[in-house]
Order: sequence, then C-alpha cells, then structure tokens
Amino acid sequence: MEILTLAAKIGAYALMTGVLLFALGVVALRNLFHSALCLAAALIGIAGLYLFFRADFLAAVQILLYVGAVMTVIIFAIMLTEHLSGKTTIQHNRQSLPAFLGIAALVTVIAKVILQTPWPVTQKALGAHTSVEGIGTALMTVYVFPFEVISVVLIAALIGAVIIAKRENPS
Amino acid sequence: MTLIPVEHVLIFSLLLFAIGLYGTLTRRNIIGILISIELMLNAANINLVVFAKTTSLSPETGQVFAVFVIAIAAVTVAVGLAIVLALYRSRKTIFADEVHLLKW
Amino acid sequence: MIFDPVFIRLKALFLDLCARFFPEWVVMLASIVISAVVILVMGPVIMMYLTLLERKLLGRIQNRYGPNRVGIWGLLQPVADGIKMFIKEDIVPAHADKIIHLLAPVVTVVPSLMVFLVVPFGNGMTAVNLNIGILYFVAISSITTIPIFMGSWASRNKFSVLGGMRAAAQMISYEAPMTLAIVPVIMASQTLATATIVESQGGGFGMNWFIFTPWGLLGFIIYFFCAIAECNRPPFDLPEAESELIAGFHTEYSGMKFALFYMAEYMNAFTLSAIAVTLFLGGWQGPFLPSWIWFFGKTFLLVCVMIWFRGTFLRFRVDHLMGFAWKFLLPLSLINILIAGLWFLTPAIAAWALTAGLVVASFFVFVKLNKTFVPEKRTYVLAD
Repeated sequence: MEILTLAAKIGAYALMTGVLLFALGVVALRNLFHSALCLAAALIGIAGLYLFFRADFLAAVQILLYVGAVMTVIIFAIMLTEHLSGKTTIQHNRQSLPAFLGIAALVTVIAKVILQTPWPVTQKALGAHTSVEGIGTALMTVYVFPFEVISVVLIAALIGAVIIAKRENPS
Repeated sequence: MTLIPVEHVLIFSLLLFAIGLYGTLTRRNIIGILISIELMLNAANINLVVFAKTTSLSPETGQVFAVFVIAIAAVTVAVGLAIVLALYRSRKTIFADEVHLLKW
Repeated sequence: MIFDPVFIRLKALFLDLCARFFPEWVVMLASIVISAVVILVMGPVIMMYLTLLERKLLGRIQNRYGPNRVGIWGLLQPVADGIKMFIKEDIVPAHADKIIHLLAPVVTVVPSLMVFLVVPFGNGMTAVNLNIGILYFVAISSITTIPIFMGSWASRNKFSVLGGMRAAAQMISYEAPMTLAIVPVIMASQTLATATIVESQGGGFGMNWFIFTPWGLLGFIIYFFCAIAECNRPPFDLPEAESELIAGFHTEYSGMKFALFYMAEYMNAFTLSAIAVTLFLGGWQGPFLPSWIWFFGKTFLLVCVMIWFRGTFLRFRVDHLMGFAWKFLLPLSLINILIAGLWFLTPAIAAWALTAGLVVASFFVFVKLNKTFVPEKRTYVLAD
C-alpha cells in the first residue's frame, strides 16, 4: 500500500505540472490551432485531477462538455478564420511586459495569503464521498433555483448565438 | 485528497489562473482570448472542488457549482464565437485591437 | 451453465498460480495487466475480422463473392491487408504540420480502446465496473472529434479540411440525441454502471430487455441511428464521402497511419453496437446459452445491420443530415424521456396503452412536421 500511495502522490504532482506546461503552451504558442490542442490536453489533465479528488462525475462532465463540445466549437471557429493569421502575423500585443509585472505582483500577494491562512480542513469532509445521486439531489433540492436560472441563461445564449451568427439577408 | 496539502493545489490553481489572465491580456486574436478565459474558469473550478473536498461541510456544493461554471463556460464560448464569426463577416478581422470603431 | 464463467475461471486460476509464487501487489498488477492485454488484443482482432465480415456481406449484397483467395473463405485476408499496410510508403505532404499529422492517427485509437473498459462482455466480465460507466462512455466517445480535426487540419488539404468540418458538425449534432436517448434507460435501471444496467434487464427468463417497452424501442432506434452517424458509417459517411471528398479527413494519410484511422472507425462501430446491446438489448442476458455468446451474438447482429445499411442506403445530403438530427431525432428523444416518465408513474396495462400510443403519435407528428415542401407537379412545354 505504501508504494501505491506514493505512486498516486507522484502522479498527482506530475499531472499538475503537465497541466501548467500545457497552459503555458496555450498562452505562448503562436499557432492558434496548436494552442487550442494544448488547451484540450490541459482540460483532460484537469479531468484527471478531478478523478484524483474523487469527483468522478465532474471529471466525466468536464471531458464531455469541455473537451467534447466546447473544444470542438473553438477548433471549428479557428479553422473557419484560419487564413487571416499567416505566419507573419503578430499574435501578441504590446502589453506583455506590464501584464507580466502586474500578474506577478498579484500572484505574489495571493500566494502569500494562501500560504499564511490556516485552512480549516475537516476530517469529516475529507472522508465524505460524493455520489452521482448526491449531486443530483442537491441540484434538484437545494440548488434548484440556480439550476433553473442556468437553464434560462443557456436558452437565451443559444437563441442569441443563432441570431448573432445568422447571415444577414442581402436584400 | 489526504495525500496532498490544500495549499499546493491552491497554488497550482492560482498559477493556472495567472497564466490564463496573462493570455487574456496579451493575445490579439479574439479566439485566443476566449481560450485563455477557459483556463481561468478551470482554475476557479479546481478551487471549488478542492474546497468542497477539504473544508466544506456539504461535499456536493462545490461540484454542483463547478457544473454551473462549466455550463456558463459553454455559454461564453457559444456567444463569443458567434460574435467572432459576425465580426469576421462584417469587418474581416478577428484581432481585438483592430476592432476600434467605437473607441474614443 | 458450465461454460458461462469460463474466462473468469481461467483468470482466477492464473492469479491463484501467481499468488503461490509472488507477493500480493504483483498479483494485483497481474490482474490489471491481464484485463488490459485482453482488451488491447481484442480491439484490433475484432477490427480485422469486421473488415472481412463487411467485405463478405457487401459482396453478398452486391451479388459477388468478396475476398476468398487468402486462406479458406478468405480468412487470412485481414492479415494480408495488415502486411500490405505495414510495408506501404508513408507519405507526408510537404506543407503538412508534421507533428500533428503524426499524432492524429495515434490519438484516434486511444478513445476507441478506452471505451472497451466499460463494455460488459458477459456475466462478471466487465473490465472496470465504473459507477459512472455510461457517462464515461459518452464522455470518451465525444473526444473522437479532436483527432479527426487534428488530422484534417494538419494535412493542409482542402478536402481534408472540408471532411473535418463536416465530421465536427455531424458529431456534435448527433451526440445530443444520443445522450438523451440513453436517459430513459438510466431512469429505468437507476444506475450509471453498465454491469448493473444489464442486471436490471434480467427478470423473466433473461428476456426482460428494455427494447420490449415502447420507450425502449424508440430510444433504441434513436440511439442506433446516432451511433451510425457517430462512427461515420454510411448512410452518414459525409466526412469521408468518396465521391465528393476523395477520402475526407484521411485523404493525405497512407500506410499504417491510414490503417490506424480505419481501425478506430471499426472499433467504434463495434463498441457503439456493444453499448446499444448493453443499454437496450439486455446485454449478456438471455436463456440457455452462456452469457458471452449472447453478448457477442447480439453485438455482431447489430454490426451486420450496420453493414446492411451501408449496402442499401444512399448517402445523406448535408442539410438533410443536420435536419434529421436537430428537427427529428432531438425532439423525439426529448419526448421519449417524458414517455418513459409516464411509464413509471402509471400502472402496468394503462402504461402500455398510453406510452405505445404516445410513441406512435409523436413519431408520426414529427414525420409530418418534417415533411419538406413539395411543389405541385409542373409540366414544362418546350417552345415550338
């Protein structure tokens, strides 16, 4: 058992490193298609992390919705607009340095806060197992109002997206 | 989850968020900006799940809201890409800094 | 049933043998490795013989023999094809994105093999009985669009790109009704685990399959059409339509890379049929015969139906394809969920009458609503 826990620990840290590397790829790569593929890899890695946190339902939803649906739509859009960005097009604007400095400051502050806060980790929560039934019950009882709001938002976005993307009549 | 301290996961998601934010601020391509926003949303999701797993009293809450965030991400992508396509059709550009008709 | 658990017994025997000589964790590892090796071998073997089956059946449909030169009944034909694929030249287009061009066929095979993990091949013969089994299947099979995109984009070819675009639109469209068609089954069996879904269809001499209910029949039909569309088989083979796009997204692939695309496609056809059997046709349930014979028999029957479709139906037009998914299958699958709900709320005989009536009525309503406008017959008179 000792070997197994060690392997799981190393695996989790390796997964985190991998996700961060792929995220860097998303931001830094010049070719947008490559960065979209990096995003897909990072999202699959995050689904793996969810598995590590014993949130298997969420991992499946992540892969189904993010990797399956959202990524497909994004890559579709990239392929449609691809010929606008040739090899010589500049992909990053001139705010790189100020953005980097600002974000570095932000990260330092938040990291300090995270490390200094004594997180109230409860053993009860650590032992709890979330089942699919539990999530379903929570969605339909306690969080039924946000659930309904999300449905309305989804419908509104669907109709809105169709109307925006519709080709206007030449007449 | 007992294996890794909470702080490490939080730092990891913070870095992920920072990378996404950097991409959002520096990318010219609107689709690139959308992709970076997805990274930030995922960082938030990881935090939700981790907090639900370690400090919260009802373990479902974090996952339920993570599902909501994923739904909202789908909405952003759908509407965002519709706008990109409309922009591409009318202005022949997908670069955020070339869309300055209403600037100043 | 002496033959029923024969494979499980074999594995247990082997593990017992291991346990005498090795420590516990080696036995655990061996158990995992055995399942993995069986799946990794079974996938390609099934694919090889599906190609032979398809060519033989298509040959029969088209009134010819099909492959019959290599081995008896052409049984060694897939091996010969494999050798041919191996020694073919590997051509990469000059302007291709080399790395992604190489990665695409490799990545394609991964989700197709991963789905095998949750398929219940027989009583107690599920490799991993995940408690989110069917959701896992839906999630994994939704990834298959990405390698197709990679291949089509990396080849830098207009036919590839067109095929990739069509594949994406088609797969996203057909995923929605497919997932919704599964929902009634989950409602009936109250679980997401594939093995438990099969067990819940067990009563009544092992013939209490979900397809024998009105909602099950409708769900099966919707699921099966979507499954054919998901694995890009005719009549939904628009992404690789030979007569329009040469070979669609794998136009620029040759040799073993092409074979990998082909392999993924056939393995998808098999797993999608297998999941259809699991969900609607009672999985390994059935009287008299061993469970795995029932399972493989039903699955190959469905595969044969797919091949039969290929031999008989014409290819869809793009707009008809999208209309079929969004205007016909999607509303029908939503109504099917409602009908399944009614089925569980009302007592037995009333439920049959009510749901069967509703299924037939909604089917014909949507057929009627989808009827395209047919103009009056006009007669053209040539100018004298």
